[in-house]
Amino acid sequence: MRPPSRVREMPILRVIARALVPVILLFGLYVQFHGDFGPGGGFQAGVIFAAGLIIFALTFGVEALRQVVSVVLTERLMAAGVLLYGAVGVLAMFLGGEFLNYSALDPLTTGHYGQHLGIIAIELGVGIAVAATIMRVYYAFVRRRPDGDGEARKPALGAEPGEGTP
Amino acid sequence: MPPVELLLMLLLLATVIVVARLKDLFAAAMLTGIASLLAAGLFVLMDAVDVAFTEAAVGAGVSTVLFLGALSLTSRREKQEQTRILPIVIVVATGAALIYGTWDMPAYGDPDAVIHHHLAPDLIAETEEKIHIPNIVTAILASFRGYDTFGEVVVIFTAGVGVALLLGGLGLRRHDSGTEEES
Repeated sequence: MRPPSRVREMPILRVIARALVPVILLFGLYVQFHGDFGPGGGFQAGVIFAAGLIIFALTFGVEALRQVVSVVLTERLMAAGVLLYGAVGVLAMFLGGEFLNYSALDPLTTGHYGQHLGIIAIELGVGIAVAATIMRVYYAFVRRRPDGDGEARKPALGAEPGEGTP
Repeated sequence: MPPVELLLMLLLLATVIVVARLKDLFAAAMLTGIASLLAAGLFVLMDAVDVAFTEAAVGAGVSTVLFLGALSLTSRREKQEQTRILPIVIVVATGAALIYGTWDMPAYGDPDAVIHHHLAPDLIAETEEKIHIPNIVTAILASFRGYDTFGEVVVIFTAGVGVALLLGGLGLRRHDSGTEEES
């Protein structure tokens, strides 16, 4: 019998994390989509969302998180967030405005809906890019090995001790 | 200074002094997180909730995790080194220069400060009717300064790409040569 030295075997942390992670993710979404009315916005939301997922990885293992968000997916989302932001700007140009002039997104009214639409879209792009970047940086740190040749002397943060390339 | 802010400020000061003196890097990393949390509390008291969000999530959360990840690569204790004079002189001089610089800043909450007379009144008065967004901070960042924010997102993306290229990490994909690098 091993003593429950690793975080994943500690029942209190597991139970608390299981209760907290969904709330943190929901709060991240709230900060994301409520950003035009209350404090917050894409950057904060992305950070909170990524932090919630990292808590999940710390308690349940990074492999469990990789089944939800793979490394390749984080890389694609990083680019997708930036592209979404840029696409909104270009779309505004096609609709007759300047780059990132959201009022052009809604030519029928005086532009208020266009501003709302544009801000929600670009904040979403910021949130996706920030969350994905933080996840990618976490993945980059989590399995770096002290000896550099693949076999872990001690398990890195959140990493399974025996997994990886044998 | 109000008592709560004074308390937080003193705790922050105590924390950073301890961090600077600690040789145990694990404890130092955890205390750095606590320092960020205290700073976030100060930001909330100053009504800068957006900044407090970021400080709490990045400073106290993510960067502490990254510190611990970096610590798992190295030893837990800092090497004992002889105290050198020149670095201390440089640090003290820089700190003194920074504190000297703050003397020219307006007092905290001073209603006569320049920032409250230039641009800010216009933005407060006109944002609502111009673009119908109640949160002026979001309106400035996302709409009026949309170019800046786009640049910032590109910077974050670039930072992520840089880390991914330098450190690789999980599931590093094959290079052109077909060898898979495990790092």
